[in-house]
Amino acid sequence: MPARVSLFVTCIVDQLFPKVGIAVADVLERLGFLVDFPENQTCCGQPAFNSGYREEARQVARHFLDVFGDADYIVVPSGSCTSMIAHHFEDIFEKELDSLARARLLAPKVYEFSRFLIEIAGVDDVGARLDEVVTYHDSCHALRELKIKDAPRRLLGNVRGLELREMDAAEECCGFGGTFSVKFAEVSGGMARTKIDSILRTGASTVVSLDSSCLMQIQGALSRAGLPIRTLHLAEVLASR
Amino acid sequence: MADPKLQFAIFAATGRLMEKRRKAVNAEVCPDYQEMRTQANAVKRHTIEHLDHYLELFERNVEAHGGKVVFCKDAPEVADFVLGLAKERRASLIVKSKSMTTEEIDLNERLEHHQLEAVETDLGEYLIQLAHERPYHIVAPALHKTKEQVADLLTERLGVPRETVIEKQTMIARAVLREKFLAADIGISGANFLVADSGAVVLVENEGNARLTTSAPKIHIAIAGIVKMIPRAQDLGVFLKLLGRSATGQPLTVYTSFLSGPRRGEEIDGPDEFYVVLLDNGRTKVLADREKRESLYCIRCGACLNHCPVYRKIGGHSFPWVYSGPIGAILTPQFLGVNHEPGLPFASSLCGACAEVCPVKIDIPKILLDLRSEVKKAEIREGTNRLERLAFMAWAWVMRHPRLYEMAGMAAASLSPSGDGGGWVRSVPLGIKVPPVDAWLSQRDLPSAPAKSFRQLWRERR
Repeated sequence: MPARVSLFVTCIVDQLFPKVGIAVADVLERLGFLVDFPENQTCCGQPAFNSGYREEARQVARHFLDVFGDADYIVVPSGSCTSMIAHHFEDIFEKELDSLARARLLAPKVYEFSRFLIEIAGVDDVGARLDEVVTYHDSCHALRELKIKDAPRRLLGNVRGLELREMDAAEECCGFGGTFSVKFAEVSGGMARTKIDSILRTGASTVVSLDSSCLMQIQGALSRAGLPIRTLHLAEVLASR
Repeated sequence: MADPKLQFAIFAATGRLMEKRRKAVNAEVCPDYQEMRTQANAVKRHTIEHLDHYLELFERNVEAHGGKVVFCKDAPEVADFVLGLAKERRASLIVKSKSMTTEEIDLNERLEHHQLEAVETDLGEYLIQLAHERPYHIVAPALHKTKEQVADLLTERLGVPRETVIEKQTMIARAVLREKFLAADIGISGANFLVADSGAVVLVENEGNARLTTSAPKIHIAIAGIVKMIPRAQDLGVFLKLLGRSATGQPLTVYTSFLSGPRRGEEIDGPDEFYVVLLDNGRTKVLADREKRESLYCIRCGACLNHCPVYRKIGGHSFPWVYSGPIGAILTPQFLGVNHEPGLPFASSLCGACAEVCPVKIDIPKILLDLRSEVKKAEIREGTNRLERLAFMAWAWVMRHPRLYEMAGMAAASLSPSGDGGGWVRSVPLGIKVPPVDAWLSQRDLPSAPAKSFRQLWRERR
């Protein structure tokens, strides 16, 4: 009996980057997992939490707990949403002990996609092929809240035909930051352009990350600058053959 | 952000400080760096939680050495004390070494108001005093000034010939300041640390001006926030190592002064009178908040400013108070109230670089999130920003109803410009006016919605 994996694609992937979700499912199924997509899923509540609306965040988080309560593993193609579920549900349910208990049961089952591959699936080579020079952008929450740094690099390092070139500012924020990107649009845009300068210095043709939100920011700024560099989610790279 | 030259200068200067710090905390040269952070955090936590005890111990030890401790509630109390002492001693000139605490309480302006001249002797502080500005950076107050601007400033204010060589500019300031040191009646310093078991004020610096400030005049007044306390002299080592490395990448600063009490009988230098002013000014209010009191652990190294991508874009003067950058963003609302500048806790992408480099491990992003929640609670109480709240309430409602969520997604997608997915658009069709979308498009292109959402593709796949 193959292990069952519940996919939380995140609202941004569901609505704007569905190919990322398909790529995650492809990779997991090729590795022999039974992939389940609970159809009642929506969002983890992070937009409200980061905007200071704790009550609204709690409402959405409770819905998440209802939907994923009986999952064995929850795989998420995002460092940011993973951290919201695994770490910040603790904060918002501080005074709601029933939900807090449920969140604590759920937290150890939630895995960011690359971490799941390395730690649970036990693979660092998924048999992918992509003939491109890529550079990897560390998304802040994956790097600093989940301490994910090596897993995606190991996975990328084993993709046939792929050359990974580190950028000098890999660990610097792209400037997205949720509502920060529109509340402080000019600062956010400036941060994206700084990131792009660093990307350009690598000569890479593709930027890879494990958060679609960062990639939306980076691709949006690349596109605005008219630069022929594309962005791919790590799952899309690992699904290519 | 309007001045690209200034922005580049700030970006470059903070970048150099980042690089220096990176080399100084590297595991090769500083293998126990993370353990030191843990230790420093534990010492600060302990001290803040037992502050009443250590304040009394400190006071007893200062007085045992012949000094005097003055507790002040706020800025006017500090000014009154200094003015009163100056009047009694017939003092007219004060030299000062760098102190953010005195910037916090606008001490210079308060003294000048009573015709008491207070001259800053740290080079950067001296320059911004000449320019009538406030510090741009906690550690490097004149970080934003180019040598050309400094040349103009010195010529304008001192009437000296224009000089653009930095070393020569320093000599000009030095010549002026030497005279001030010799003539000054009172020296005012800050304090990097207050050591309770020794009754000592510890000062770190690179220019030697703090040493002169605290030894040349007959009276030395150290002005410090009550939270600068550490329990024992033996706790100091870890802080000195962390402070220099985090601030400027120095294993130790050039001068470290350990000052306890006035000059004693046989000593040849030092002041005749030694005062330590311990300032509250809102610190006990922050201390009372269990969740956020760790904000008071700060040792003012400025590393969070240097590593903050927002600070590096907008600079120190865009922040509303003397404390800028991430630490300023959490201190300002706590000291001045969340309504003072309600947008401030939101001016962060929550990237966490600040917490990663903080030598005393203050969880700045978490505190920013707590403050954001407090701002929203205040808005709800006061009935302001209703539209945003309604939007989030509606959003949360939709997110709890998956069918509604799917329909809303399809509706939004049908409005999306090309609808074929994979494309990036520069504008949205005329007539659609959504402020956040406009804000996004002011800087970046927007992805056009794909023809089908993931859940639609998934159903087809099964």
